[in-house]
Amino acid sequence: MNEVVDRLKNYTPARIGVGRTGTRPLTKEFLSFRIDHAAAVDSVYGEVAPELLESFQLFSVDTCIETKEHYLTRPDQGRLLSEAGEKMIWEKCVKQPQVQVVVSDGLSANAIEENMADVYPALMDSLEANGLSAGTPFFVKGGRVGCMDAIGELLKPDVFVLLIGERPGLVCAHSMSAYMCYRPRAGTRESERMVISNIHRRGTPPVEAAAHIGTILSKMIEQKTSGVGLVM
Amino acid sequence: MEKKTVLLGETYQFASLKEVLAKANEERSGDELAGIAAANMKERMAAKVVLADVTLSEIRNYPLLSPEEDEVSRIIEEGLDESIYKAVQRWTVADLREYILSDEQSGADLLKLGTGLTSEMIAAAAKIMSNLDLIQAASKIEIITHCQTHIGAAGTLASRAQPNHPSDNLQGMRASAYEALSYGIGDAMIGINPVIDTTDNIAALLKETKEIIDQFSIPTQNCVLSHVTSQIRAIEKGAPADLIFQSLAGSQAAIESFGISVSMLDEATALINEKGTATGPNRWYLETGQGSELSSNSHFDIDQVTLESRCYGLARRYNPFLVNTVVGFIGPEYLYDSKQVMRAGLEDHFMGKMHGLPMGVDVCYTNHMKADQNDMDNLSTLLAAAGVNFVIGVPMADDCMLNYQSLSYHDIATLRSVMKLKPASAFEQWLEQIGIMQNGKLSRHAGDPAYFLTLA
Repeated sequence: MNEVVDRLKNYTPARIGVGRTGTRPLTKEFLSFRIDHAAAVDSVYGEVAPELLESFQLFSVDTCIETKEHYLTRPDQGRLLSEAGEKMIWEKCVKQPQVQVVVSDGLSANAIEENMADVYPALMDSLEANGLSAGTPFFVKGGRVGCMDAIGELLKPDVFVLLIGERPGLVCAHSMSAYMCYRPRAGTRESERMVISNIHRRGTPPVEAAAHIGTILSKMIEQKTSGVGLVM
Repeated sequence: MEKKTVLLGETYQFASLKEVLAKANEERSGDELAGIAAANMKERMAAKVVLADVTLSEIRNYPLLSPEEDEVSRIIEEGLDESIYKAVQRWTVADLREYILSDEQSGADLLKLGTGLTSEMIAAAAKIMSNLDLIQAASKIEIITHCQTHIGAAGTLASRAQPNHPSDNLQGMRASAYEALSYGIGDAMIGINPVIDTTDNIAALLKETKEIIDQFSIPTQNCVLSHVTSQIRAIEKGAPADLIFQSLAGSQAAIESFGISVSMLDEATALINEKGTATGPNRWYLETGQGSELSSNSHFDIDQVTLESRCYGLARRYNPFLVNTVVGFIGPEYLYDSKQVMRAGLEDHFMGKMHGLPMGVDVCYTNHMKADQNDMDNLSTLLAAAGVNFVIGVPMADDCMLNYQSLSYHDIATLRSVMKLKPASAFEQWLEQIGIMQNGKLSRHAGDPAYFLTLA
């Protein structure tokens, strides 16, 4: 019987086949759950290493966030760029690119550290395979999804893709999302944004996600829209 | 509508009903983020004192968002039973609170009263109620709904099995569903949050969940929680759905930010009634949660408790089978810690029940919120005492796709055992029949997902 349970467990990272004593979990499983929660809470407070950003030739700009607590309670400030950040983007970036790629730590710096090497080159390949040209990519520290609107106002790209760390889960504290939008600007509706979530090796595989992003961006450009209006 | 009061020697002035309602809320980070919260505890109490004396007709006559400018307000206004409202319009909010809590009034009386109240009136009452008030009032109200099966009867606690998978793998989803069923979880529904929102994928998940239900003759219903438009496409192509899902919000601008409108929801209702696979009349699964309006900047400086109540005003138009407030999912910028999540869970449950809705709660938290699983133990016990219709279950409380924690299947079995509650009746009979329960208790097969392979 144990072999059958093991086979079921192989199909999913979910905590199944964990057993019980009465109606309660077994001690080992209970403690392992609490350990993973502890690790996830700690990873919210991590930072992306500057060396990693350098290796992908990404320069880094700040939002209006000062501390982690500030980031957690003031999402509005994470959607706005600092004055210095705006200036740097304006000076360094290609204007009106077809595709603007941005990377941000969001709620898990760990997600960027773990997935960049898999996702980023695959994304660039996928853009090329779809005949799309990218502008100047960069990193946003303390960013929220809506920071793409502020960047969109500055650079006016046709389409935008934001690779951002998701809030960490227990099975995986390093899951990344790709948020995409056609011509993001001040006042973009959430329903205009599209997302591929759970990007990590045991979730949506990075290469598959990158291919999917390329397809979606092409369709956005073709249909001049994104979100619920886009026919896939 | 200006209001003022003197409290402990200080004069407090409020420029509008909107301001009174916001400042009368128990403390929460979302109201602070919106810049509408009381400055301190005394101002909060002054607002409560003022609110207690506001009459129900004042609340109706000074709309926060007029029906002409907001579709949600229009639905709330149109849905009101005028004769019930007329009988109570001179009551103050204090009168309303005391009527709700009085021994004289049964749950049926409260349900009848609710049809004559706007969502703002119900929210106002909640603001001057304590946590135990909210539990006492809600516990009187029984709301039974019918999709394929019936849930909500007094003395039962139903549950949604949520066997999500981080890449929508069908075998993984099935394995996780077996785990849920082996603990007696899944009587409210088997419902999947998909990762990939394409028509084909939604159809595949609907088929697989329906196949599990049919294979083991499980008295429950299926649902895949994608955007309503992709469910419509899948159902039109023949995918089997007992329930149709959508998230709601409390202002027209906020539901537009979800990419929906009242007319779209009306169309989806017609479609699920015509092409859905259920036999009963209640075909909607709706989700809400405090803070979503502010997160899409469509809150109009209205507080998040009042906006949440307005979601229920919209929800009652659709006679849903289940309404679920995903209370701790949104994050610390709206509900900072476990104290705020607990309060919000009890408020939402009470306000929904007063609207006549079959309320469930996703007792949950995220890893960036100041809360842990002990807090979920506490809130789920309070809600079970309050008579919550259903809760959400995931393996060991850990949703490996949505990256948050809810209740474990163990927890729901424990709540039933401690609070002397049963699964929904048809589902319990099925559990006894297949051998997961024996004489009302979990059997030796319970907790073994592989048991379902021996039945197959």
